Amino acid sequence: MYDMKKILPGLIIFAGLMTFPIWYNGGDAGTLPKPEKPSNAKECVRPTEYMRTSHMQLLNEFRDTVVRESERGAIKEAGGVTYDDKSLMLGCMKCHVSKKKFCDECHTYAAVKPYCWDCHIQPKETN
Amino acid sequence: MKVLYPFIAVLALVALAFVGVKAAGLQYLFGVVIPYMAFAMFLGGFIYKVLHWAKSPVPFRIPTTCGQANSLKFIEQNKLDCPSTFWGVTGRMLLEVFLFRSLFRNSKAEVHDGPKLVYGSSKYLWLFGLIFHYTFLVIVIRHMRLFVGHVPDFLHAIEAGDALFQVGAPLLYQSDLIILLAVGFLFLRRLINANVRYISLPADYFPLFLIFAIAVTGILMRYFLRVDIINIKQLAVGLATFSPVLHGEIGSIFYIHIFLVCALMAYFPFSKLMHMGGVWMSPTRNMANNSRMVRHINPWNDPNIKPHSYADYEDEFREFMTDANIPVEKE
Repeated sequence: MYDMKKILPGLIIFAGLMTFPIWYNGGDAGTLPKPEKPSNAKECVRPTEYMRTSHMQLLNEFRDTVVRESERGAIKEAGGVTYDDKSLMLGCMKCHVSKKKFCDECHTYAAVKPYCWDCHIQPKETN
Repeated sequence: MKVLYPFIAVLALVALAFVGVKAAGLQYLFGVVIPYMAFAMFLGGFIYKVLHWAKSPVPFRIPTTCGQANSLKFIEQNKLDCPSTFWGVTGRMLLEVFLFRSLFRNSKAEVHDGPKLVYGSSKYLWLFGLIFHYTFLVIVIRHMRLFVGHVPDFLHAIEAGDALFQVGAPLLYQSDLIILLAVGFLFLRRLINANVRYISLPADYFPLFLIFAIAVTGILMRYFLRVDIINIKQLAVGLATFSPVLHGEIGSIFYIHIFLVCALMAYFPFSKLMHMGGVWMSPTRNMANNSRMVRHINPWNDPNIKPHSYADYEDEFREFMTDANIPVEKE
């Protein structure tokens, strides 16, 4: 081996960068999110699977239809319950009352920072 | 054929992951076993390759001299293009690694009517190469949010920068569009430019197709065929803490995506992609042109063979030389 004084530190830096998640976590996987389920309803406006993966697309759709086409129609659900208002604060948050206990749980875990609250006024929450 | 075979190979990888997960139910294999193996191959193979290269001595200075060498005091040296000091080499290497300075010099030759040979500057390869590499870097870094339990601020900052324009939800990453554009350019360059097409091999097309497929599956997963990010992060953090858990249903597009990434990682150390390590070890770039200041001794010289100067040689053979009428310096 030649030039190991230069190559070895280089390789160590490389291995350090590549294994960043391993040593940064240090075996600590963090806590899994536990979003608080609403007490007053059993079914959401869409199936749970869809909401888990794609709620942001639905909300985006709501925003576009409400803000750009001023269509604040009701959202019907197969369960027979009618949810009024395509609205985050007047619709979704009627059941999912707490931003902290519902939205933030998963968003913090997945490091997502949705910009809902750039326009909406964040609900005041104690705790 | 040179284009078609690598394309089919990438399609085969996609099909393999899809069938493996969808039909055979090998989620654990594709989600845990193969990623570990691929990462081990990547890291181990990379280090092996670099150490293998380090076994070759480079005793003599062979830098590409692209400017005036260190000479008399009144002749100005080009300190970056023909460095003779450590700091000159450092500057040259940093510009090479971070700004691809050699590619910036890329030129094209064209034959016009006359016949007349015309040389011109060609910066597109440099521009798209640079864009491609930096975009890839941003994409790799922002994926780290899925591998660490507590996401550090700099990852948030990079992600926010990448999604700067706040288009749609989930936010559109600029890097997703740019990497498709850049890979597309690098591919079309090989296809359209006859000179480059002639020298392109399957090994040139395969990584391009593979990276393109990785980007496309990633884009599909983020914007179209949504997947459950929480389950994915649980798996990714589990991999990074050596306690992988497969929890809940994750769409097969995810397994295709990571299988392609695994293929890229496993393929990396044994392919042209090793220019990542190789660029640091290019003797034509990382050596100082100091042959006139420092004596470089060949490490494999036999110490028993003593230097034999011309004066000694003449002393030894003077008689024979004068007999043969060969002129000698000392009578």
